[in-house]
Amino acid sequence: MTENKTGKQLLTRLIPFVIFIGVSVFLYIGLFKDASVLESTFIGRPVPEFALNDLVDPSLAHDKSVLKGKPMLLNVWATWCPTCYAEHKYLNQLAAEGVYIAGMNYKDDRVKALNWLAELDNPYKISLFDPDGMLGLDLGVYGAPETFFIDSQGIIQYKHVGDINTRNWNGKLKAVYEQLK
Amino acid sequence: MKKIILLLSVLVSFSIAAAIDVYKFDNEEQEALFKTLTAELRCPKCQNNNLADSNASIAKDMRQKTYNMVIEGKNEDQIVDYWVDRFGNFVIYKPPVTLATSILWVAPGLFVVLGFVIIVRNSRRKLRTRDEDEDEDELTGADKDRLAKILKDSEK
Amino acid sequence: MIPEIGHFSLIVATGLSFLLAIYPLIGAKINHAGMMNSAKPLAIVQFMFMMISFSILAYSFATDDFSIAYVASNSNSLLPIQYKISAVWGGHEGSLLLWALTLGGWTAAVAVFSRGIPVDALARVLAVMGMIAIGFNLFILLTSNPFDRTLPFLPLDGNDLNPLLQDVGLIFHPPMLYMGYVGFSVAFAFAIAALMTGRLDSTWARWSRPWTLVAWVFLTGGIVLGSWWAYYELGWGGWWFWDPVENSSFMPWLAGTALIHSLAVSEKRGVFKSWTVLLSISAFSLSLLGTFLVRSGVLVSVHAFASDPSRGLFILAFLVTVVGGSLLLYAFKGASIKSRGKYGLFSRESMLLVNNVLLIAALLVVLIGTLLPLVHKELGLGSISIGVPFFNNIFFYMVIPFAIALGVAPLMRWKNQDIKPLVSQLTIAAIASIAIGILMPAIFADKIKWVAVTGFTLGVWVIVTSCMEVYMRATHRHTLLKGLTKLGRSHWAMVLGHIGLAMVLIGISATQNYKIEKDLRMVPGDEVVFADYLFKLDGIADADGANYEGYEAVFTISKNGKFETEMRAEKRNYFVQRSMMTEAAIDWGVTRDLYIALGEQLEDNSWAVRIYYEPFIRFIWWGGLVMSIGGLFAVSDRRYRFVNKKIAAK
Repeated sequence: MTENKTGKQLLTRLIPFVIFIGVSVFLYIGLFKDASVLESTFIGRPVPEFALNDLVDPSLAHDKSVLKGKPMLLNVWATWCPTCYAEHKYLNQLAAEGVYIAGMNYKDDRVKALNWLAELDNPYKISLFDPDGMLGLDLGVYGAPETFFIDSQGIIQYKHVGDINTRNWNGKLKAVYEQLK
Repeated sequence: MKKIILLLSVLVSFSIAAAIDVYKFDNEEQEALFKTLTAELRCPKCQNNNLADSNASIAKDMRQKTYNMVIEGKNEDQIVDYWVDRFGNFVIYKPPVTLATSILWVAPGLFVVLGFVIIVRNSRRKLRTRDEDEDEDELTGADKDRLAKILKDSEK
Repeated sequence: MIPEIGHFSLIVATGLSFLLAIYPLIGAKINHAGMMNSAKPLAIVQFMFMMISFSILAYSFATDDFSIAYVASNSNSLLPIQYKISAVWGGHEGSLLLWALTLGGWTAAVAVFSRGIPVDALARVLAVMGMIAIGFNLFILLTSNPFDRTLPFLPLDGNDLNPLLQDVGLIFHPPMLYMGYVGFSVAFAFAIAALMTGRLDSTWARWSRPWTLVAWVFLTGGIVLGSWWAYYELGWGGWWFWDPVENSSFMPWLAGTALIHSLAVSEKRGVFKSWTVLLSISAFSLSLLGTFLVRSGVLVSVHAFASDPSRGLFILAFLVTVVGGSLLLYAFKGASIKSRGKYGLFSRESMLLVNNVLLIAALLVVLIGTLLPLVHKELGLGSISIGVPFFNNIFFYMVIPFAIALGVAPLMRWKNQDIKPLVSQLTIAAIASIAIGILMPAIFADKIKWVAVTGFTLGVWVIVTSCMEVYMRATHRHTLLKGLTKLGRSHWAMVLGHIGLAMVLIGISATQNYKIEKDLRMVPGDEVVFADYLFKLDGIADADGANYEGYEAVFTISKNGKFETEMRAEKRNYFVQRSMMTEAAIDWGVTRDLYIALGEQLEDNSWAVRIYYEPFIRFIWWGGLVMSIGGLFAVSDRRYRFVNKKIAAK
């Protein structure tokens, strides 16, 4: 009788230890994750309605139908964003390899953006101009660069935050792109 | 690597210029609603700031849009839903009430209930076993010697 | 050359901490007096070497030695001298050295001020503290060395200290906090030492208590200081944000408050021993958890130090070893701790258990609220945020039973209390409290908000019941005046501690519910009226300083036509770090603060201005101060009672 009681008491006193170890496991996992990355609410949802003008030709209007019809990347970029500068050369390379990339110039100056594209080459098949960031808000964009992976139905299947480079393209993103239908 | 960390610690710094936007409201309720919203909505990009205290450009955009919605006459739930739809539950400082988050309320609640039950049970048990305990109160011989020694030591 | 001496001193101190952790412990095990007696000198010499190391770092800052990377990244030749010194703990590496120095100091203090503790107990306690020192010192040496050089490069000047930290707050806030966090390691060490031997008499509680009280006083002061600093420095009139780093200080405080109450009971009545041991372990464990959360990058916070995973890994390993090890020890050896003694349902013991239950429930709220977003995301359930609305709401509900119990407890006798005579007294107190609680907003404000009334009523309830208790105790055998002088210091400690909390409750209730904030566009000459005050912007002029350039806005405030004060709000641009700072103008008062922050100049050449009216906000920090003073009273009583207890041995 006493032994059962002692055993039960021991188990009770072990509870704090068990809880602590459990918490530690989560803390350990947390060390290898980037706490500031926010997942997107748009996975599996269609691109929202919008009306933006073209970056190059201001009189040309676009709506969500331009982000439909084939698997593509939508790259959110700006001239004030240093990481976008680093990413740009790789985007040129991907475009040359046949990846369809649409561009969205986000909260930027049109002249600066056009100069940038002239200087660094333009990998974008279509360039949207979102000067006040309203489409950005509707897509849950919180910084640049960000890239949306959209399938031919116009459904967003994946969002990548940060630059695209050799490492993450070959590591994960290429497979995501190739799986877009 | 160290340089990056040094650089990061400078960049991570606090650009605290009071983010004061001046908006005009139709009445006090609207102003109060705006204040409540900008305090409970979170800046998606910052190091833990609400919309009111952040200078980030995304926060400015969100404040502007929130203001527009307040003026349009939307209520708190509608505006919060609008932002949660775009940025997820991260963007509101109130956690959603789901099975997973219920632990926030259940764990302390259970602890309080358990605590009170133990208090009541212990006090009853102790009063009931008064006779048994009276034997325990006697010091054993070894303890008595130790006590005497301690008393003697402290008197030095 | 000199920094290398600092580095070397740290290495020597680490070696000494190894000796301290092992040698006296073995001595205690085999009962070898010489080995056990080595603990005290080892502790003292370890502290001396830590002092040398820290002093050299401070000297390097004072002499602008930018060949040291840490000095170069946190200081600047133009920095005023007091900030050069406090910049020592302005960054990760230096603040850790301060932590380690503080630990060395507490260890030496325990070694020196421990008359009456048997040599084997002292040996074990100091050995445990030595083990903790090993962890911290190794962490510094292996991952966060403040003495690393920038050579072969030599920066011409440093990066400057973050302007937000160029303030008197930095001089006192971290050192006070660390005195608190580290101080809880003493209670921890006593608990571990007791578990090792399986012996836990009430003398253990008596030894542990004063150390814990001092640590608690420092932690309370440190948190209050941090809150006040945030208020006047950051420009948004806020004083607590439930940020993970703030929560990391609040959790040990909650555990520590439960602990000082539990220790009092264990000491006086010999009960709750097992629970007190668990609390002693928890308070320090939470300090360590806080250290991890703040420096690992696992949680997002404005206060966090720059982090990298290898540092986080080391701290986590240390945390698991210390906390996991002690909780295992508690699980297996805890059975040997038996409490003797009994108490009824209505007794002071029960009320103090209620206090502990509610405090730990609050602790659970903060702990889960801080860690759940991390767990939730890792489980793949998505990102959530838990902040001010959640915590404020839950704490409002939790403070109600807590404050009620707090009023009742001092009126309860130990062991058993006949509830009937109390009922009439408590009813009178309740009616008075509710009446005053409603009267307060009726007089001071224009609207009665029931949330505020609840807060005021609870605060007044605590004050009224405390006064009642003092009166009853004092007049028990003497006249009132004579009786008051006879009340012991620990009694006044309780009164002050509780009244301090009541002040905090009143301050929070007033400011949360009746604060007025206005964002305005103003040009010189503009006026605005609210809360009976007229705010007039007289003018805005250039105002530059040693390492910044800026603007200053001058306001004249009048109340009901009469001049009240002049206020000057500044906006500064610090050129080295290139950041904009706002220096808010604060006119502080007992019943209200007026607060003006200057924003940006707008397109039409008007200025954005934010004006706050914060009623009774000072009560929050003064209340905290009163609580700390109460703690000091409690410590100063101990020596007096220590002697008496010997005579009245159980």
